[in-house]
Amino acid sequence: MSGILAERRRRLLALKKLRGGAPAVEAERRTCPGCGRPLVEEELVANQRVCPYCGFHFAMPARERLALVLDDGSFRELDRNLVSKNPLDFPGYPEKLRDLQKKTDLADTLVTATGKIGGARVAVAALDTRFLMGSMGAVVGEKLTRLIERAARQHLPLIVFSASGGARMQEGIISLMQMAKTSAAIERFSTRGGLFISVLTHPTTGGVTASFASLGDIMLAEPGALVGFAGPRVIEQTIGEKLPDGFQSAEFQMEHGFIDAVVPRARIRRTLIRLLALHGKGGAEYVR
Amino acid sequence: MSANSTNENTHEVTAVSADTTASAGAPRAAITVGAPTAAERVALARHPGRPGTAEIVEALFSDFFEQKGDRSSTDDPSIMGGIALFHGVPVTVLGHRKGSNIEERVEMNFGMPSPEGYRKAQRIMRAAEKFGRPIITFVDTPGAYPGLEAEEHGQGEAIARTIELMSALTVPTIAVITGEGGSGGALALAVGNRVLMLENAVYSVLSPEGFASILWKDASRADEACEVMKLTAADLLSLGVIDAVVPEPEGGAHENPQALYQVLDTYLTRELARVTKMSRTAVAEDRYRKFRAMGAAAVKRGRA
Repeated sequence: MSGILAERRRRLLALKKLRGGAPAVEAERRTCPGCGRPLVEEELVANQRVCPYCGFHFAMPARERLALVLDDGSFRELDRNLVSKNPLDFPGYPEKLRDLQKKTDLADTLVTATGKIGGARVAVAALDTRFLMGSMGAVVGEKLTRLIERAARQHLPLIVFSASGGARMQEGIISLMQMAKTSAAIERFSTRGGLFISVLTHPTTGGVTASFASLGDIMLAEPGALVGFAGPRVIEQTIGEKLPDGFQSAEFQMEHGFIDAVVPRARIRRTLIRLLALHGKGGAEYVR
Repeated sequence: MSANSTNENTHEVTAVSADTTASAGAPRAAITVGAPTAAERVALARHPGRPGTAEIVEALFSDFFEQKGDRSSTDDPSIMGGIALFHGVPVTVLGHRKGSNIEERVEMNFGMPSPEGYRKAQRIMRAAEKFGRPIITFVDTPGAYPGLEAEEHGQGEAIARTIELMSALTVPTIAVITGEGGSGGALALAVGNRVLMLENAVYSVLSPEGFASILWKDASRADEACEVMKLTAADLLSLGVIDAVVPEPEGGAHENPQALYQVLDTYLTRELARVTKMSRTAVAEDRYRKFRAMGAAAVKRGRA
């Protein structure tokens, strides 16, 4: 176990060097929402942002997430500088975007890339909740669709880590249309025999749940992740009562038949390697 | 649906004012004298007397055979679907149904479908694909139902699969936003080769109330939200989200439903002629390209 941790830490440090700066890490202590114990940020980061005491999974920046599952040095980012043109002329939106771009080193919330996992070439993407709650607007839709189309062209398996509040309010109807755009692209990729592994992380809701994120051949989720269509607050307002504990958790979704497996972060890379091998000859390869 | 109306040739509407007939060929501008504000259009789109899917199907189609049930567990009446003749041609019709009186509204959950409703829509779409019937949908929902059971039964998955399925059909699909086009629950039936919208209908990522509540933590600012959301037919036409605006009679569709049916019939006839000319492969390709382009112009290379 300690060997794996050391390996992760080494990979993270390599990533830091690659980006010429530290990831969004504050030096201060924080309290684990899972067990209430104080945690040192640096140790948390070294432990893949999972509480060492109770296993609570903290949010993970998109590039850090991809670095954790990809083989060292294989990460090739795509469309890194695609930004929104504010299609609805929404007041204050460009300023908000610029502010977040400065704060996070992201142009928008989705990071797409090609890379290798256990030696196998893959197309990967991750949403980042630090950037407008991972919400899907035109940039997310366009980047993801380009990635899916590339995966179809190059016969690559597709792995997407979702973490999103849903549609991007500031892009209104254009956001809604991204649900159709990305779902249509997944459909084409899938019909041609492409493998799509959808990994749901905390939280995956709204328009992301109701489009590409639910369309995986294999559906995985992180422990305790909130996964649902309507947010808990909206449901409570609708039905006029408190939701039961664990409602819409990853485990709840597995129980109700929507997820194949709940996979702790420490095991996600190994799980992906295994799934890619299982979809090798006789599976995706055969179809094409 | 009134008890005394007939199912036969009801699209042959006679009680239409000369004014409406004249404007049937092309969209006229929104009512010029005191054009409704976006918030007023939201109110018109929700008007209880506004013709719904059941009334429109009754008026424009003949020999409607309703297909009920999701073939798994239940029938959700908030989505209505079936086979009918449109000017003698068999088509599949699908739409959200809100109900026309209080009993019906409760039964149809005010037009908010459950996952089972979307799964029913899927199996009806598959039947249309099998028998080569064009699909005409009528979209009128505040949104998919955000309830406990709906979540347990996979509301997100049901909508996602419906969108995915509709996006790839090789039979032509024409969607008409007739009232409220609310969120993913509306989009699930609106992946059309052609998307039309009634003049006073609205189509948005979320209800104005929900939008104001999420963005400003204040649902009472809904009217303000209407103005910034770009949810009117004219807005959506200029954004390229819809293809045509179907003009409504003065004061809104509820003021003269017969006039609306006449105009809508003309539009559907024209759109159907356009899409049925294409080969089945071309139909799927046309729809893919249409939605592939959505938002593509809203991004640019810039500094990160």
